[in-house]
Amino acid sequence: MNDASPPLMKPPLPRILADRPEKMAARGVNIHYGDKHAIKDLSITIPDRAVSAFIGPSGCGKSTFLRALNRMNDTIPSCRMTGAITLDGRNINDPDVDPVQLRSHVGMVFQKPNPFPKSIFENVAYGPRIHGLCASKAELEQRVEESLKKAGLFGEVKDRLHQPGTGLSGGQQQRLCIARAIAVNPEVILMDEPCSALDPIATARIEELIDELRQNFCIVIVTHSMQQAARVSQLTAFFHLGTLVEFGDTDKIFTAPTDQRTQDYITGRYG
Amino acid sequence: MSSLNAQNPTLRRRRAAEARFRRYGAAALALTSLFLAFLIIDIVGKGWPAFVEHRVELPVTLDSRKLAEKNYDGLIKDAIFARFPEAQSRGQRKAVLALFSHSAEQALAAQLAEAPAAAGQTVKAEVLLSDTADLHLKGLSHLADPAAIDALTARLPVTAHFSWRFFSHGDSREAEEAGIRGALIGSLLTVAVALGLGLIFGVAAAIYLEEFAPKNRLTDIIEVNINNLAAVPSIIFGLLGLAVFLNAFGLPRSSPLVGGLVLSLLVLPTIIIAARAALKAVPPSIKEAALGVGASEHQAVFHHVLPLALPGILTGAILGMARAFGETAPLLMIGMVAFIADVPGSISDAATVLPVQIYLWSDLPELAFRSKTAAAIMVLIAVLFAANALAIYLRNRFERRW
Amino acid sequence: MVLLVCSAVAVATTLGILASVLFESFVFFREVPLLSFLFGTQWAPTGSPAAFGILPLLAGTILITVIALITATPLGLFSAIYLSEYATPTLRKSLKPVLELLAGIPTVVLGFFAALTVAPFIRQVGTGLGLDVASESALAAGLVMGMMIVPLISSLSDDIINAVPQSLRDGSLAMGATPSETVKRVVLPAALPGIASAIMLAISRAIGETMIVVMAAGLAANLSFNPLAAVSTITVQIATLLVGDQEFDSDKTLSAFALGLVLFFFTLALNIAALRLVRKYRQHYE
Repeated sequence: MNDASPPLMKPPLPRILADRPEKMAARGVNIHYGDKHAIKDLSITIPDRAVSAFIGPSGCGKSTFLRALNRMNDTIPSCRMTGAITLDGRNINDPDVDPVQLRSHVGMVFQKPNPFPKSIFENVAYGPRIHGLCASKAELEQRVEESLKKAGLFGEVKDRLHQPGTGLSGGQQQRLCIARAIAVNPEVILMDEPCSALDPIATARIEELIDELRQNFCIVIVTHSMQQAARVSQLTAFFHLGTLVEFGDTDKIFTAPTDQRTQDYITGRYG
Repeated sequence: MSSLNAQNPTLRRRRAAEARFRRYGAAALALTSLFLAFLIIDIVGKGWPAFVEHRVELPVTLDSRKLAEKNYDGLIKDAIFARFPEAQSRGQRKAVLALFSHSAEQALAAQLAEAPAAAGQTVKAEVLLSDTADLHLKGLSHLADPAAIDALTARLPVTAHFSWRFFSHGDSREAEEAGIRGALIGSLLTVAVALGLGLIFGVAAAIYLEEFAPKNRLTDIIEVNINNLAAVPSIIFGLLGLAVFLNAFGLPRSSPLVGGLVLSLLVLPTIIIAARAALKAVPPSIKEAALGVGASEHQAVFHHVLPLALPGILTGAILGMARAFGETAPLLMIGMVAFIADVPGSISDAATVLPVQIYLWSDLPELAFRSKTAAAIMVLIAVLFAANALAIYLRNRFERRW
Repeated sequence: MVLLVCSAVAVATTLGILASVLFESFVFFREVPLLSFLFGTQWAPTGSPAAFGILPLLAGTILITVIALITATPLGLFSAIYLSEYATPTLRKSLKPVLELLAGIPTVVLGFFAALTVAPFIRQVGTGLGLDVASESALAAGLVMGMMIVPLISSLSDDIINAVPQSLRDGSLAMGATPSETVKRVVLPAALPGIASAIMLAISRAIGETMIVVMAAGLAANLSFNPLAAVSTITVQIATLLVGDQEFDSDKTLSAFALGLVLFFFTLALNIAALRLVRKYRQHYE
């Protein structure tokens, strides 16, 4: 499926794609929600070890497309997709690709923190347990600790690992969800407006964390906030009415967009 | 490097567990549906014969003396023995008579009352066969003497008919004559009383709680109480009826009045809960609009909110009625289990209801009553089914999304 | 004001129930000591001397209820899980009425089915296996009662499972959990209090059910936990003691009210506990 990628769009390829390998890519993707044509003929290349941000007005399809990247749309009966999405060149919608396995490679963090009604430890141990990643209890404990550390949460919760995860503050809960996602060693982490339910301080903390995580992961973040996209991402894709209008280096999108619609959006004409 | 295609054993095991789990779910639903299907097939299989009855056309020669004495029994017997001349001994005669229903004499009397015939004439009387002969002809039992049956079918034209009698007659000791009319009328009267009272009190209570009640301890108690009342076993309501309505108030035992009173209390919570839900579904803007143009609180509720909630209330009422219609246990307590052959004429007459009739018949030893029981069940379920279908229709027809 | 009085009817009903069972029970306990009622192992209200020990009836009630629950809990729960997590909307739409239909079958019908079809069948199978099966076995009554409860458990569980936020399911699925792992490890633990309350309501319904046991369980109160034996229940005794009996002040009829009192308090306690549990659970997710 990894046909020599045709040029994404007429403007020059984002600089960043030149020095980073492709992690995920979409070619000619169309998504329908019942009668609604939510994504129209979309193609994009997402680089590894970088943060790609999807921005656009509400209802532009950015979350729908994000959910297509780990086949979360499979859970919605009325949702149909055509076209190809690849992970390391492999089509993730191939009949012999199990979404269960795919999702252990492509993790996801949601808009509202959704820790399970279990202890902090059990929340993080959930993934390793179901995927059978740890042979022993000690190994599991170590992995939980590491994941919590990577999510920058360990220091705050190390004394109450066995208390319910729902008792944490909103920002801590979201970091717990990030720790939960990285506990299964994914390659890609999808974040669907991860800070929209958080206060500014918690948001700053998460943004810092995202910046750290990009050393090891391919991160795709959907955000409502253009400032956030500008702060955390290296690549920005602007969605409008189901189409990918513009995609390029973040600094370029925000300083010199080529498309009028992007220009209008970032200057606050609509959105 | 990702390994999306590697079919590792863990994944295979997890997939198998997934499929197994899913199958358990499907099996649970299949089993439940199967139970229901089997129940219905079993009931219909047992019940359908009760909708068919066998009759013979018996030529009766009207002996003048017996006709004058109105000895219809004798006339019928003579006619029967005329067809079975070989039956001479008492035993033989008894076996022959056992082929025919005891109802023949009343039928003859009725026939002659309608179309008088002179003595010496021969009239054709429609005579119902007895339950044993009837079951024999349906191939369901062999209690009747096969030789007698053969003689019967050879000498008289036996015909099968739809048993309207089942719907037009009351209960009887004779299985072939027993019908559900008495029980059906009893049920109608009882449910009418229950529904009337239940609706009045239930809707009033719902309006009060939903629209007017202040939030205080009293209304809190009422509310908790309604929820708990909904789950009190029905037999307890029977105890209440026995102790209060029969013993304390001295109301007539076995009457649809008392039955209806008990059932109205039983369905009260159902109606209140349904009516409250219906009232709650009417958006507050309607009430506010009415208040805004100067309607009083009462006018707003009774002229504007209530009419809009009516379909929902009606649906709840029908479901409550269905519940009352199928209820048995509390009615046993208040004496609606007596053998009552007459069709009740008013709510203070002794009566029984369809579910209790089913209970009573199910206990009888005669095989014919078993199919009558199943047939009565078919009628009961048909009525409930129709009530539910009506409720669903009303819900779909009038349901409004605000 | 009229409306308030109408609402008070519900309260009056409860008070009426309480007053009637309490009053008659009080008369009964003047004749029969409370302790011998609660701890007696003989129930023979028509015997001479009459014995009024509730234990055999409690045993019978519990036995049949347990059989019913063992039947209904897995069936009801798995049905609810399948309907809410796996079934397509069309399948859901066509299967829900089946459960509603089953819920609407009058218990007298189920009793007829239990007594005339299920009990003889069990007896036949049991005898074929060389077991001694009573013709009115607890098993037959319990199984059919279980089927009666399936719709109750499944519809309550269905509501409760649907109340578990979709975000938790999404969280689990996005971790790469299979749907069944999601159900077992996230949805069910989250829904547990609600499901427990559903089962409590089911128990309350089972011990209060009358017609199935009147028609399919025995009259003889044996102190036995053998599902193949005939046992009697509290409701059976209430029904048979009061049917056709006109005199009102014999110990025999009064004992029915004492049994009614026990039944009323059992079911009331279960209901209150179940409602509390479910209210707490609702608050948790709102």
